Amino acid sequence: MLIDTSTVGLVEVERGVKVLPPNVIVTSLDKIINWGRLSSIWPTTFGLACCAIEMMAVGASHYDFDRFGIIFRGSPRQSDCVIVAGTVTKKMAPVVRRVYDQIPEPRYVVAMGSCACTGGVFKTYSTVQGCDTFLPVDVFVPGCPPRPETLLEGMMMLQEKMRKERARWSPWR
Amino acid sequence: MAVTQVRLTFAPSGLAPLAIAEKIREAFPDQVVEVVEFRDQVSVIVKKGQIVAILRYLHDDPFLSFDHLQDLTAVDYAKKKDVRFEVVYSLYSIKYRHRIRIRAQVPENDPKIDSVVPIWAGANWHERECYDMFGITFTGHPDLRRILMPEDWEGYPLRKDYPLKGPDFEHDWPGFTDMVKRSRELREFEWEG
Repeated sequence: MLIDTSTVGLVEVERGVKVLPPNVIVTSLDKIINWGRLSSIWPTTFGLACCAIEMMAVGASHYDFDRFGIIFRGSPRQSDCVIVAGTVTKKMAPVVRRVYDQIPEPRYVVAMGSCACTGGVFKTYSTVQGCDTFLPVDVFVPGCPPRPETLLEGMMMLQEKMRKERARWSPWR
Repeated sequence: MAVTQVRLTFAPSGLAPLAIAEKIREAFPDQVVEVVEFRDQVSVIVKKGQIVAILRYLHDDPFLSFDHLQDLTAVDYAKKKDVRFEVVYSLYSIKYRHRIRIRAQVPENDPKIDSVVPIWAGANWHERECYDMFGITFTGHPDLRRILMPEDWEGYPLRKDYPLKGPDFEHDWPGFTDMVKRSRELREFEWEG
């Protein structure tokens, strides 16, 4: 069936998204995939130190990650993202890397707190000086530990980053 | 209130820390090197040879009854004292509520001391940590392995001559460096946004 758009009116609700009443949306594949992806980030449940306590506070009802569609998932194989919350020791680093390797593409990394960003005060033999030495970090969240609002801001920055992605739905393209 | 009543049922021994130190000196006159008092805390520095006998005496004597090993650790006095290491035993008597600190001298060229696990089973992990951090071997320990660091780590981190930032990347723990190198190789397979 052909639709005469001149009579029903194609409404542009935002740049690149047009709505044909009652229930047809015309947009690009990038936009719809990125929208779906950023609206349901599932970080894997993985805490390393005191930042994990703050991360749990953000997940709980007061700050409420759920309203952004962010739900902690117990298995890395069903997650989109890992929040490296806390001090990464050299002994723990291979474990963090293994958790990251198990997450299916596309995957994102948020380094939460001074320790995960730079090693923090622990400039010592046992601590990795920033988890970006072995992980491709998307968002660095500073603070010791960061306020829950800061982590929320970091996740919203990650959402903005995902919104701007082009054609990230295949390794071939 | 209940706690106060319970505590009053225990009889304090009436032994001052210095009196306990004197008892040790009487029992083992040739083992005590020095008695140090600092801010009402008394340390008895002893030789390491008879350390199990000394601690066994402190544990078993009915008027001392040191049934609680509060802590076991070591101190590195590199370039400050002639004998480099001291293994520190903080003892407490739950019955009499008195305490004493025993410090056993362990030289650098022979870092060995007898294990006290037969006296206090709780010393097991403390001695493992002490071995892990200072490289002091506890002879007679049932399971002397590293407890905090990876088992194939080289060096003893809490020794004063150990570099604070650890070894450089080429000489670092292979479990970490191999993983970093592998993560660089895997980078080409990442989906780029």
